[in-house]
Amino acid sequence: MANLNLVEAVREALRQEMEHDPKVIVLGEDVGRNGGVFRVTEGLFQQFGPDRVVDTPLAESGIVGMAIGMAIAGYRPVAEIQFSGFVYPAYDQLVSHASRMRNRSRGGYTVPMVVRMPYGGGIRALEHHSESMEAVFVHVPGLKVVIPSDPYDAKGLLTAAIRDPDPVIFCEPDRIYRAVRMEVPEESYTLPLGEAKVVREGFDLTLISWGAHVRTAKQAADHLAEEGVYDVEVIDVRTLSPFDINTVAASVVKTGRAVVVQEAPRTGGFASEIATQLMERAILQLEAPVGRVTGFDTIPPLGRLEDYYHPDVRGVMRQIRATMEF
Amino acid sequence: MPVTNLVSFTIPRVEVMDPAGTVDAALMPDLTPEQIRELYATMVTTRKLDDRMLKLQRQGRIGTFARVLGQEAAHIGATYALAKEDWLVPAFRETGSFLLRGIPPEKLLQYWGGDERGHDFPAGSRMLPISVPVGTHMLHAVGIGWAMKHNKERAVVLTIFGDGATSEGDFHEAMNFAAVFQAPVIFLCQNNQWAISVPYERQTAAATVAQKAVAYGMPGIQVDGNDIFAVYRVTKEAVERARNGEGPTLIEAHTYRMSDHTTSDDARRYRTAEELAFWQERDPLERLARYMRAAGMLDETAEAAVAAEAEAKVAGWVEAFEAKPPSEPEEIFRHVFAEPTPALVAQQEELLSSLNAADEGR
Repeated sequence: MANLNLVEAVREALRQEMEHDPKVIVLGEDVGRNGGVFRVTEGLFQQFGPDRVVDTPLAESGIVGMAIGMAIAGYRPVAEIQFSGFVYPAYDQLVSHASRMRNRSRGGYTVPMVVRMPYGGGIRALEHHSESMEAVFVHVPGLKVVIPSDPYDAKGLLTAAIRDPDPVIFCEPDRIYRAVRMEVPEESYTLPLGEAKVVREGFDLTLISWGAHVRTAKQAADHLAEEGVYDVEVIDVRTLSPFDINTVAASVVKTGRAVVVQEAPRTGGFASEIATQLMERAILQLEAPVGRVTGFDTIPPLGRLEDYYHPDVRGVMRQIRATMEF
Repeated sequence: MPVTNLVSFTIPRVEVMDPAGTVDAALMPDLTPEQIRELYATMVTTRKLDDRMLKLQRQGRIGTFARVLGQEAAHIGATYALAKEDWLVPAFRETGSFLLRGIPPEKLLQYWGGDERGHDFPAGSRMLPISVPVGTHMLHAVGIGWAMKHNKERAVVLTIFGDGATSEGDFHEAMNFAAVFQAPVIFLCQNNQWAISVPYERQTAAATVAQKAVAYGMPGIQVDGNDIFAVYRVTKEAVERARNGEGPTLIEAHTYRMSDHTTSDDARRYRTAEELAFWQERDPLERLARYMRAAGMLDETAEAAVAAEAEAKVAGWVEAFEAKPPSEPEEIFRHVFAEPTPALVAQQEELLSSLNAADEGR
């Protein structure tokens, strides 16, 4: 076992996959000599050289479009977008080509590509560095969307994403890049895409989240347990597409209540999709409407006001009480 | 503090064969009479297929499609310069390229006929499917070119697009990436002077498309796009440079779209009959025929034989297309992912059971 934070876990997955498969290529802005602005790819350039850790010109559509061609030609590119707020020039390539090349060619040409990007707020960053726009990828047929919440999952899910035969959007919550260390196996391993994880068992209510706010959810659940009021089950969605409704619905059938925590703006977010699917699957067991704790339908504020925007432990506890007392 | 001129450039234009069919022997590419006959037959067959597709569209037997009338020399001449191991990344106005790359032409009819199975190309064809969004596919050519270089294959990539595509950002990103990575890519712009109703002058203020190469650090050349010998010659040279590790080239084939943009368009709304007549006199197919007649390679009998053979082939392809069994509704779900997700399995089941219910009158 190695004691790793999320940055190191992602780097280990990249390193081991590059050692395992010569077709795995890392490309992006500043990923090479500089090791990435968050140092995720540090050391890879020195180990694998400039032909496998490729510093590209500064053009996101170019990076993703070129990676699509590399993947069609038999490579497994892992493209880094420096911040998810800069992915939009590449959104056309993702929507118009990466997600549908398999369909367009009836399986003849495929795009086994990963697009990694730091995502979410909480680091007092500049404008465009704090958004949580995962829903715009979840809505695209043909893309998979993965958001890890801890180093162990990050390594296993990224390894699985690189080996996956289809394009995967891999969002890395930068707020927790270095927030936690945990024991992570030194050897390579995969975690299946499309499986949620029950991270805390409970009977009163199901609290659902992904990414950085799994931690917020667990803290809220722990507080309520310490206070001896509610016994909350916490589920980490892990992959938003494909979404593991079975695990979530089974929990809600058991608890009868659900709250979803998402950092993204409220309207049209993934929490809404979860609420709809729970209504379809568990309407008769639901004792209360599915609660949502979300960002506002506003532009995420800069650092001074950021804490007002994000879901926090108190807000999650408040919603849990409201849902319990409905 | 002197002012110095850092960069100056010239853009060559290559013409081998004039509209009368007279060639400049010094520039004539190395083509055998058999190869010239093959090029001619491909152009004739492409035109017959294009004509027949128009009729099929008017009869409702296929859907909207983009005609290639007038551009046969540009895309056929360029595609002919490729070896079998080379890649072709097309846009949507390259019917003749399908014939040269060994894609069964009934597949093209099937695709334009609204059946995606037409894009199920034979394994190893190294031709990507038609790409409808304008100007975004050239980046894929760069990625494939990068892969060929990395893999130490000597294969190159030809990507074809129109003058409208040169206004898209991805065109510039593709040119820049290709030059920075010295990827073996040939960018062929079929400058047919009209992006639907917008003329070249409204697309760019540059005198040529070819000169855009200068800013990215690669050669840019204009050719007479209705002169198949010139297109072939220039593309062949670019292919050899790319194959030898000398990087990408931008070729502007200066041609003319003698048809409407697609079967849904009416070009009479925005351009004059005089302009069309001017270009009809410069028809690329007739130009090659004039050369071949003068060279003793084509007489009336041979011309009729080529036409008859093309007609027969086209008739066979139409027959093969129309004999295809209808697509199953499951085809919608078949190629979203390598393995369908549980949600896709459930949605397919939902569709099939609703169809069964409809059959049973429920």
